Amino acid sequence: MDLAFFGVQLLNGLQYGLLLFLIASGLTLIFGIMGIINLAHGAMYMIGAYLVWDLTMRLGNFWLAIVIAIPIAIVLGLIIERLFLDTLYKRDHLYQVLLTFGLILVLNEAQRIIWGGDVHSVPVPAPFDGSIQLTDNLQYSVYRLFVMGVCLALAGVIYWVIRHTRLGIIIRAGAVNRDMVEGLGINVRTLFTLIFSVGVALTAFAGMIAAPLTSIAPGMGDSILITCFVVVVIGGIGSIKGAFWGAILIGMAETFGSVLIPSLASMVIYLIMAAVLLVKPRGLFA
Amino acid sequence: MLHRYPKRVSIIMLVLTALVALFPLWGPALFGARSDFVLEQLTLMLILALFAMSLDLLVGVVGLVSLGHALFFGLGAYTLALASPDFSPASLWWMLPLVMLVSAVVALVVGFLVIRTKGIFFIMTTLAFGQMLYYLVSTSPYTGGTDGVFIMFRPSVAVGDTLLLDMDNPLTFFYFCLGTLIVGYVFLRWLTRSYYGQVLDGIHDNEHRMEALGYATASYKLIAFVIAGVMAAIAGMLAAMQYGFANPAQLGWHTSGEVLMMVILGGMGTIFGPILGAFAFEILLHTYEHLTTHWPILMGITIILAVLILPKGIAGLIIAPPGRDALMKSPLLRWFNRRGQAGSAAVKSSKPAAKSSKPAAQSKEG
Amino acid sequence: MKTSIKKTLLASVVGAGLMAAGGAYASEHPVKLGLMLPYSGTYTALGEAITNGLQLAIEERGNQLGGRPVEYVKLDSEADPSKAPQNMSRLVRGDNVDFVIGPVHSGVAMGMLRVAKQTGAITIIPNAGLGAATNELCMPNVFRTSFSMWQDSYPMGKVAYDRGYRKMVTITWDYAGGKEDVAGFKEAFTEAGGEIVEEILVPFPSTEFQSYLAQIGSLNPDAVYTFFAGGGGVSFVRDYAASGLKDNIPLLGSGFLTEGNLGALGDAGEGVLTTLHYADTLDSDANRQFVAAYQEAYGKVPDAYAVQGYDTGMMLAQALDKVAGNTEDKEALIAALASVELESPRGLMSFSDSHHPIQNVYLREIRDGKHEVVDVAYEQLEVPDNACKK
Repeated sequence: MDLAFFGVQLLNGLQYGLLLFLIASGLTLIFGIMGIINLAHGAMYMIGAYLVWDLTMRLGNFWLAIVIAIPIAIVLGLIIERLFLDTLYKRDHLYQVLLTFGLILVLNEAQRIIWGGDVHSVPVPAPFDGSIQLTDNLQYSVYRLFVMGVCLALAGVIYWVIRHTRLGIIIRAGAVNRDMVEGLGINVRTLFTLIFSVGVALTAFAGMIAAPLTSIAPGMGDSILITCFVVVVIGGIGSIKGAFWGAILIGMAETFGSVLIPSLASMVIYLIMAAVLLVKPRGLFA
Repeated sequence: MLHRYPKRVSIIMLVLTALVALFPLWGPALFGARSDFVLEQLTLMLILALFAMSLDLLVGVVGLVSLGHALFFGLGAYTLALASPDFSPASLWWMLPLVMLVSAVVALVVGFLVIRTKGIFFIMTTLAFGQMLYYLVSTSPYTGGTDGVFIMFRPSVAVGDTLLLDMDNPLTFFYFCLGTLIVGYVFLRWLTRSYYGQVLDGIHDNEHRMEALGYATASYKLIAFVIAGVMAAIAGMLAAMQYGFANPAQLGWHTSGEVLMMVILGGMGTIFGPILGAFAFEILLHTYEHLTTHWPILMGITIILAVLILPKGIAGLIIAPPGRDALMKSPLLRWFNRRGQAGSAAVKSSKPAAKSSKPAAQSKEG
Repeated sequence: MKTSIKKTLLASVVGAGLMAAGGAYASEHPVKLGLMLPYSGTYTALGEAITNGLQLAIEERGNQLGGRPVEYVKLDSEADPSKAPQNMSRLVRGDNVDFVIGPVHSGVAMGMLRVAKQTGAITIIPNAGLGAATNELCMPNVFRTSFSMWQDSYPMGKVAYDRGYRKMVTITWDYAGGKEDVAGFKEAFTEAGGEIVEEILVPFPSTEFQSYLAQIGSLNPDAVYTFFAGGGGVSFVRDYAASGLKDNIPLLGSGFLTEGNLGALGDAGEGVLTTLHYADTLDSDANRQFVAAYQEAYGKVPDAYAVQGYDTGMMLAQALDKVAGNTEDKEALIAALASVELESPRGLMSFSDSHHPIQNVYLREIRDGKHEVVDVAYEQLEVPDNACKK
């Protein structure tokens, strides 16, 4: 492996990892604060991608489509939280697992009814539709760099909110001891609604900005969901920092694993997870 | 969990068992030419009931929510597929112990890792381990990959040269599955009422207290994990025997999700509930798939409603049938009340959705 | 349990209308077609296209087969192989269909064939390309109107060599269909004298291709051969173009890489070469008529999947005419099906001893967002099989 090749793969791993972080951050927030396990998280990623595709086709502008799609995603999160999850907080995780499993079926089928089974794509939007030359024959899409930038910026914002704002203090306290937060007279219901909507919106947003990089197809959220679970388990549930490093680790592992040990490529992330659990059963940063 | 059930539970279960066991007597009269098919589906439901029951030991009795239980189901299927000789039937005399041994060893290893985790972590790690085996089987050159493998012959049960049970006979296989389910049920009932079961109960209620009392709770949980795994593997072996086919999808997390649904639908922690749940789930699935190709939306709504309205499942209805008071306090009504929309409509619709026994409607499209 | 009164009523109403066509066997009794195709999940589009094609063919014949009305029983295969035997059994034993049409997915086919073997149900596979289905298992009651992985990729090996490529890289998903497809290409390419320098396998169904593209870049082969389908095909072709590799290293592939996906590919697909048994631009009367009829009925340009469904319908029509609608005599019916010769939109098509189509394979290039037929890559290609020879 020469240095240039290594560098390119490093870039690939980083970009993949950052996108994973965006999806996993919503998952871990919802886990950590609300104690809710949301299997429908992947379906929201898919819906984000479909929304932005649909709106781009209608409006002819990707950026405008994103601006409109984000509030839709937030409202969808709001509806799900108020309608279904609200009654489940006091109940066992089991019920949340099942309810969100049912939601996957409903959302996936709704996708099929609304948008059909065809594969779609969104063209890479200007002004990021150029590319830079990496090696003799390999280019790198500027849009991928842009996505990395956005993910990093969002990671920064989330970090800042959690470290330096009142909301962040509540969130951190909530991740450690939910009852205590309630005891402090904070309106937990509103907090939960907020967190869930934001978490869902983060995932949907990941689907939106990933749309020009991927193909938009039914069931696209299912496989990414499991990968994000692994990220969250490795990082430690509820830890944004853990989700970040977990995502980078998994991004790198998948990228380099697929090239260096192709026979184990599909299992490499699970092996890492098993190893982490053996050493730190609660994840690296919990 | 509850150890003494009202008498009607035993009565209902005995009547249902008798009905199922006597199917060959009444089935042909009711279903005519389709009765062979119904028998085949009943057999499958018995197998799934065993699978669901094994998960109940973890979910309902110990309080460990596994989202990777299909791992063991598929393991049983693949052990049978890979250990069967190509041109002759295997003998169940060694196949069954082999399946149990393999699944016990895997359950011990996986269990050792996952038992250390709790709550959400347990859910996610079991899910991840299930997926790990799923990918291992999907990509390994020895397992037929994503296409799966055929098992050309059902294992035989013979002594010397005398065939004791002709497993290729659908009726014999049906009774074999029924027998296995009954043995499994009796075993689990005995287990949960034994001293060991009391400890598991204690762990479910308050693990810290049990630890403080000096119990090595991890070991107790691990043993339960292994027992559940072995039972699921037996169910998986039977499923693979029925159609002579094993496929990675049997290990996938969707299978785990479905079996979890059977447990809840039936009523967790009751051992007999998941049996009813498996039957109800399969019947619903049949009905929906015949109604529309958009069946997942119906199934999804059913699951959501079951969680909201019927948290204790069908078994909950049998153990404590809802009187008028209970209906007024039903979760759905509370759910409506919280939204300020309470009304008589809510009371009506709070009747158990899962209990409906709509006849399978025929789809006539085109 | 079923609504038999309603059924009889319906049958007699439909039947009465068709009595005029009459004389045929049990004309009041519908021919039941069991469709076991994916109507949910990743393969939905394929299931729908096949269904559309099939129904179009039968509608063109006045909604009858051999003088009998037609009843469809649609069952979502869910593309879930573990449920395949159960679903197949439901159609055959539960709904008592005369023909099972399905599936799309090879794993599902495996599960179905197990039951097809036990029950002898006549099964027509309108897509799944696994080799074993009509080859090693060699079941008289199983037909295929589609292709085998080998059949569509083998002709590309020679094309690639003739174009002057000597060192190539192959990349596909790590699953049976992908590996069989690449094996066909490799066989012909190495026979001709070429060399495969690397066979890359991507975990199924991952669509994260960046690291593999970097690997291809550093290997710098003469060309790349690939098999992906559906969303994976779109992702791969777009990523390949975006990485700039396409300008230096030509991309060849199975027809499924781009089939049904031209809209989603956009400019990224331009110049990609593929081989397949069909192209919607084929210049023949049969195809022009088919494309026009399909577009009118469903508002879309048909793809290979739709043709496979269409030919399934045509095949049934021809065979049932031959036996005058008699589905009771299985042997005669199977013989009639086996002797079917179709003037299909894809060209002349007949069946080998193993009930596999003998058909043309076309070399296609994407130009201006269309699959232009460059050449017939292989004329009337028969899949060699040793197990089934008579």
